[in-house]
Amino acid sequence: MRPFDQTLIFEKSTHERQASHFTFENFETIALPDTILRHDDPLLPEVSELELMRHFINMSTKNMGIETGFYPLGSCTMKYNPKINDELATLKGFTDTHPLSNDEDMQGILSIYHDTQKMLSTLTGMDTFSLNPFAGAHGEQTGLMIIKKYHEQQGNTHKNVIIVPDNAHGTNPASAVICGFKVVEIKSNPDGTVNLEALEAVLDDSVAGLMLTNPNTAGVFEKDIRLIADKVHAKGGLLYYDGANLNALVGVARPADMGFDVMHINLHKTFSTPHGGGGPGSGPVGVVSSLTQFLPNPQVVYENNQYKRIYHPHSIGRVGGFLGNTLVYLRAYVYMRSLGKEHLVDIGPRAVLNANYVKTKLKDHFNMPLKDYCMHEFVYDGLKDNSDIKTLDIAKRLLDFGMHAPTIYFPLIYKQAMMIEPTEAESLQTLDTFIEVMEQIVKEAKETPELLKTAPHHGYVKRLDEATAARHPILTYRQLKEKEASQS
Amino acid sequence: MHKYFPQTPADQNKMLDDIGASSIDDLFHAIPETLKYRGTFDLPPSLGDFQLTKHMQEKQALNASLTVFRGAGAFDHYIPTVVRSITSRQEFLTSYTPYQPEVAQGTLQYIFEYQSIVSELTGMDVSNASMYDGTTATAEAMYMAYGITGKSTICVSKTLNDHILEVIKTYAYFRNINITYVEEKNGHIDLTGIDDLLQDTMGIIVQSPNKYGVIETYGDLSDKVHQHKGLFIFNREGQALSLLKTPKDEGADIACGDLQALGIPLSSGGPYIGYLATNQAYIRKLPGRICGMTKDIDGKRAFVLTLQAREQHIRRDKANSNICSNQSLNALAVTVYVSALGKQGIKDVTQACLNGAYHFKNMLLNTGLFEDVYKHPHFKEFTLKYLGDPESLNILLRQHGFLGPVIQKNEMVTFAVTEKRTLEEMQAFVGVLQ
Repeated sequence: MRPFDQTLIFEKSTHERQASHFTFENFETIALPDTILRHDDPLLPEVSELELMRHFINMSTKNMGIETGFYPLGSCTMKYNPKINDELATLKGFTDTHPLSNDEDMQGILSIYHDTQKMLSTLTGMDTFSLNPFAGAHGEQTGLMIIKKYHEQQGNTHKNVIIVPDNAHGTNPASAVICGFKVVEIKSNPDGTVNLEALEAVLDDSVAGLMLTNPNTAGVFEKDIRLIADKVHAKGGLLYYDGANLNALVGVARPADMGFDVMHINLHKTFSTPHGGGGPGSGPVGVVSSLTQFLPNPQVVYENNQYKRIYHPHSIGRVGGFLGNTLVYLRAYVYMRSLGKEHLVDIGPRAVLNANYVKTKLKDHFNMPLKDYCMHEFVYDGLKDNSDIKTLDIAKRLLDFGMHAPTIYFPLIYKQAMMIEPTEAESLQTLDTFIEVMEQIVKEAKETPELLKTAPHHGYVKRLDEATAARHPILTYRQLKEKEASQS
Repeated sequence: MHKYFPQTPADQNKMLDDIGASSIDDLFHAIPETLKYRGTFDLPPSLGDFQLTKHMQEKQALNASLTVFRGAGAFDHYIPTVVRSITSRQEFLTSYTPYQPEVAQGTLQYIFEYQSIVSELTGMDVSNASMYDGTTATAEAMYMAYGITGKSTICVSKTLNDHILEVIKTYAYFRNINITYVEEKNGHIDLTGIDDLLQDTMGIIVQSPNKYGVIETYGDLSDKVHQHKGLFIFNREGQALSLLKTPKDEGADIACGDLQALGIPLSSGGPYIGYLATNQAYIRKLPGRICGMTKDIDGKRAFVLTLQAREQHIRRDKANSNICSNQSLNALAVTVYVSALGKQGIKDVTQACLNGAYHFKNMLLNTGLFEDVYKHPHFKEFTLKYLGDPESLNILLRQHGFLGPVIQKNEMVTFAVTEKRTLEEMQAFVGVLQ
C-alpha cells in the first residue's frame, strides 16, 4: 500500500490483528442474558501497532499546523500554542482526577479555575467568569441564558428580542434563537460598525439585549460603543460582548469599561490553547457583578481557605457535565502565568502592529475598503487590477507556498472578502515572506492566471468536488462499501 | 523579550516607519481615550519555564491520587500510549477546523473514520464529527426532535444520570420546551402508562445502562413512540455500545452519549466528547460538522466537510443548533483508541470490566454490609443498598485512598469497576469496610 494514499484504516485491516496488549485479572467470565447482548459483527479496525502508527502519522503529514507555516486566518487568532502548556496541563494530577472527587481532593484544579477566572476578570473588567462553557458558541448560549434569566428575575418577561448586526458571526443569531429569543438583524455601516439610526429604529421595550463583536468582523473598533451601550441600557437591555476578536484589546481596553454586561472569551484564540482541528475549545463567560448569581452551576469560589464548588439557586443551571474543558483552560492558565503582568498587556499592541504592517505593505495590490488603521485583523476586498481572479483563487494559491489561506468571503458585507489576522506571535521575517508571496501571487494573477485558477498544485489533493459530496453523501465506511458493491 | 513575542524594539520601529505611524498607541487612535485602560493590571508576575513547571507540579499534587471505584459518566480506563503519541502531533493538535480541505486531509480523514466507528458502534446510519460531551449531545438530540416534530413537550426518564438530566433541563427551559418525567421503579424506567405520557410529545429520552448501571429493556417502546409521531432518543456511554444490543436494534431514531471511556482520561472533568448519531431520514437535521468522502478534480479520493447548509454560519437564525467548534481532537483520540484495541480488543476490555464488576459486587455482598435490591443485569456500574450511613462509608474509604461509590437516594450506592481495578485493590477496599 502506498504510504500517502487515502486508504481508510478499515481497508488496511486484517482479521485477528490488534494494536494493543492487555492482560486481565482471572475473574469468572460473566455471560449476560442473550436478549440484551449485541450479536452482529461491527466493522472495526484490525491492525498491528506499527500499521496503526504509520496510518495516523502519514495522515498527520497531510495537515497544516501552526508549526508548519504561517496561518493568517482572520477572526481565528491562530497564534503559537506553546509546548509547555501541553506538558503542564497533562501532568498526572490533572489528567487522572475524577471530576466527582470531593472539593478537598481537587484543590489543585479548583484553585487554577479560580485564579484563571480572576486573571480574565482583571483583563476584561468583568466581575467574574465561569469556565464551564465548552466553546465560543457555547459561551454565547450560556451568556444569553444569563440575560434571559436576569430579565425574568426583574419581571420583564416581555423582553424577548436580541439585536444582532448583519455582519455578526453566524453563531450570534443561532445562539439567540436556541435560547428562545427573537432575533432582529440591523444593517451595519459600510465599515461594519453599528448604524445608530438602524439601532434606534428597533430599540423598544421588547429588547433584551444587543450582541456585538468589538473590534467588529471588519477589524474596526466600535468608537460609539459607550453611546450604543447607553441607548440599550436606557431601554433596560443588556450588552453582550462576543470575544472572538478580544486579541486586539488585551492590555489596551476592557469590555466592561465599554458598557458590556456579559461576554465570552475564546481561550483557543486569545489565550493560545490549541484549536485541535475543530475543538476542544473553551468559552468562559464573564459578567458584571449584578449577574454573577446567574452563572452556570457549579460555580467555583474561595471560602474559609478552601476552593469549592457551589450551586447557586439563581443560576441558569448546568450547561455541561462537570467543570468545562478543564485541560484546555489549564493550558490558558499556563500561558497567562508565563506572560504575567509584564507581557500579557503586550498582546493587543503587538497584534495590532503586525496587522497594520501587513495591511500597509500590500495596499497597492488589493482593494482596501477601510483606509484607517486596523485592529488585530483587516479585510481586503479582492485584487485591484484583475476582476477575473477571485479571492478563492488567491487563497488556494497561497497553500502552494506552505501558508494557510486567510478567512475568505467573511464578513459577508464585502464581495471578495479576504480577512487576514497575523497575530502577535509572528516575526517580521515571517510577515515579510508572506508579503513577498502575496506579491508573487499578484504577479501571477496578471501573467499566468490559470496557475491560480487551478491551485493548489502541491497539496495531497487538488480542488475538490464539494457539490457531489453534498448531493450523494458518503459519510461512513459502510456507506462506501455499499456504494462500491452496487457499482461492481 | 518574551519567547512568544518575536518583534524587537528595532523591528517595531521599522514597522511603524513603514506604516507611517509614530507609535503603537497611534494605531489605537480609533479607541476613545476614555475607553483606554491606563491603570496597571493586578496580575501575577511572569514565571520562567522552570518556575512555572515547579508551580504546576505543586498544583497537581494538590489533587489527590485515589483508586477510583466511581463512574457516573467519568470512567477510569487504561489508555494505550499510541493515543497521546498521535494526538500530540502538532499537525493534528494546532490546526483549525478543516475549511481548507487541501491542507486538512489528515483531520478530515480521521473525522470520516470517527464517523464510521460511531456508526458501527451504535448501528446508526450516520454520525456527526462530535459534540462537546454526552450531556450536551443529549440536549442537542432533544433540539433535533423539537425541530423535526415541531412539538414542545418531551418525555425524559428519571433514570438518566443526574448531570444529563440537569443539562437537559437547562437547555429545555430556555427554549420553552416542557419536560414530562417518566418515573422509575426498582432502578429501572417505569413504563406503566407510557402511552398516555407520550401523547403529543416530541418523543422520549432514555439511558441504558442507566444512572444505577442497570441495563434497561424497553419492549415495544420504540413502536409506541413512533405511533405518537415522536422520536426515540437513546443515550448510552461509549464502552457499553460494543457489548449490548445496539441503539439501532432498540429502535432508536437518535443515539447519543459520551465516549470518554474510549480513550479520554478522567481529566478532572474535561474535555470529554459527546457523540450524536441518527438514521438516514434525519441526516439533514443533524447538528454540527459532518465529513463526507469525495474526489478531487483528478479523481483522487478526498474528504471534505459537507451538508453545510444545516449549519449556523449559513442558516444563522434559522439554524437548529449553534454548535461549530466541537471536540475534534478527542474524536481523533477515540478513533485511535478504538483502532488500537481493534474489534477483538474492545470485546476483551469490555468483558474484563463486566467480569470485574460482578466479582466486586459479590465481594461486597459477602461482607453482609450491602443488599442487592434491584437485581437487574448491569455492566461496569452497579448499585447496592448500603446498610449503614453512605456518607461515613465514603469518608472512611477516602481515608484509605479510595474514591468510593456515588451516593443515590435511600442509601443506594453506585460503584464502577473498570479493567484497571485489580483483585488486590478490591480486597483492600473490602478490608477497609470490615
